[in-house]
Amino acid sequence: MIGEGTHSTNQRRNTYVRDNVEVGFFTDPTVCIGCKACEVACKEWNHVPDDGFVWSGNSYDNTGHLGASTWRHVMFVEQDRQKGGQIVGSHSLGNMNGEDPFRWIFLSDVCKHCEEAGCLEACPTGAIVRTEVGSVLVQNDVCNGCGYCVVSCPFGVIDRRPQPLPDAGGAFKCTFCYDRQKSGLPPACAKVCPTESIVFGRLDDLRARATQRVHQLRGHGYADAQLYDPTETSVRGTHAFFLILGEPEAYGLPPKPQIPTVHLKAAWIAAFATAIGAIVATLCAFAFV
Amino acid sequence: MPNESRIDQLREDAWTKGVVTGRGTDVASSPIPRRSGYYGQPVVRPPVWTWEIPVYLFVGGLGGMSGVIAFGALLFHHFDVVRTAMWVAAIASVISPVLLILDLGRPRLFLNMLRVFKPQSAMSMGAWILAAFGMCVVPGLIALEFHTFYVFAGAVDQILGVAAGILMFGSAIFGMLLATYTGVLIGATAIPAWFLHHRLLPIHFGTAGLGSAAALLELLGHRIAPLNAIGLFAAAVETILLIWLSLDRHGAADRAIHQHRSGWLIRIGEVLTGPGPLVLRLFGVIPLAAISFLLGALVSRFGWIAVGKISGRDPESVFASQR
Repeated sequence: MIGEGTHSTNQRRNTYVRDNVEVGFFTDPTVCIGCKACEVACKEWNHVPDDGFVWSGNSYDNTGHLGASTWRHVMFVEQDRQKGGQIVGSHSLGNMNGEDPFRWIFLSDVCKHCEEAGCLEACPTGAIVRTEVGSVLVQNDVCNGCGYCVVSCPFGVIDRRPQPLPDAGGAFKCTFCYDRQKSGLPPACAKVCPTESIVFGRLDDLRARATQRVHQLRGHGYADAQLYDPTETSVRGTHAFFLILGEPEAYGLPPKPQIPTVHLKAAWIAAFATAIGAIVATLCAFAFV
Repeated sequence: MPNESRIDQLREDAWTKGVVTGRGTDVASSPIPRRSGYYGQPVVRPPVWTWEIPVYLFVGGLGGMSGVIAFGALLFHHFDVVRTAMWVAAIASVISPVLLILDLGRPRLFLNMLRVFKPQSAMSMGAWILAAFGMCVVPGLIALEFHTFYVFAGAVDQILGVAAGILMFGSAIFGMLLATYTGVLIGATAIPAWFLHHRLLPIHFGTAGLGSAAALLELLGHRIAPLNAIGLFAAAVETILLIWLSLDRHGAADRAIHQHRSGWLIRIGEVLTGPGPLVLRLFGVIPLAAISFLLGALVSRFGWIAVGKISGRDPESVFASQR
């Protein structure tokens, strides 16, 4: 895919929707240059309103986190660790002698489009659906803004858009550019990514490519390179997965995300037991007291 | 402070104190303390719900369990209690959907709630339970009132009596679910302090509903022994839940329950529904016990929503719950 130019899956037209092929995003921070073109392209294509003009002071990140009006978010992670075969010197704050490693990592965060999606299971109106290509889509005209998906997403992706923004009151997140995909076009963020840090393509191809990339990086001294794709938990894997350096916590990613429905059975048993207990107690009170 | 004066302030702080605290100051290799996760950003989203939801949890619980008490009173011929309890349940069944609709981001689309029937969504089940409860309670009350005042004579009156009985059975069934499903609703979420207590929450909400219903009926003039017994039972269960919650701690993962403003709301709610009314009832101070329980049940609902907001904003609680 890299080096394929206009023949890359990020650029060429496809028939994934028509053929019901599962697609995904593979995001690789080791080639990301932090240009935020994905954030801009996403906002422009999807008419996403602004998410505030706040100076955060957190490295070069003034976006903050994913939300109702932020569907792509480039993270700027600063760590006191060596990056691959980086040569470390002694020149930075507070450490005048010895090695002082430092690495600056950019990672474009996005909705994970979970295999078992918390938001989709929680939605009481059926506004959230799974598409032909396996992505999770909010139908904006059906959503009544109950806010239950917001607390059901283990990744904190989806949120309710506050007043007075356009289309306020509904829940919003990445649509995986479903409208573009229906026309055979790749998602806007992948299309504009200048280094193919974001790769769009068939899910099985991307999984193979990601595994290969991790091996390649480890061989080049990136000892803590790993895939972030929680297949072992109840989320059962994601359609948008990431290569990360170091621990997922540093990227604000939950280490073992669980879909909230795993708690349903025990909670309903407690609810039924309480309901029956209440009616028995009431009948006893009237019968014997 | 989106301007350069903040940078000057940071330099000043760093120069004079050697350490800088506050927003927008997390830089690697600097004398500035690092926040956990990604610049302390939340990992899951806190609930967007406002005051309507805790008030609904209170009103729905009280109304649902009033339906249960009405049915119990009907079986054992306390007809005055039946009428009052059905009025309470019916009023609650009208207020509850209004509160829920007010909280929606798009209130005019509220009917979409009944667009699908989805057992894996506690919110969907709740919408159906509330609808079914309303459809049993309101016609049930109308039939009961017609029957009580002999508005129609003969066969019609007999049919009304039977209909009232059946509908009140329905209100008891859907009422007890209405009072308890709310615990499942917030227990089966991604918010650590909520899902770590997904067994306790339905028990707590159901018991608080039962106790509130008995307390309100007592305050409305039905000072009878069975209602006092129900009040005692609810206060005893709440006392046990207080002990459960204080023993079943998960460190940083559910610290919102034990710390901050939300922790105080939970504690106040626990004392006002548990040991408080238990002691007051044992000494026979029933009106005070009833007022205490009602207040505690309301405060506790606000407490649990506040817990969700604080726990949801706290990245460390999410990491701690998954380690």
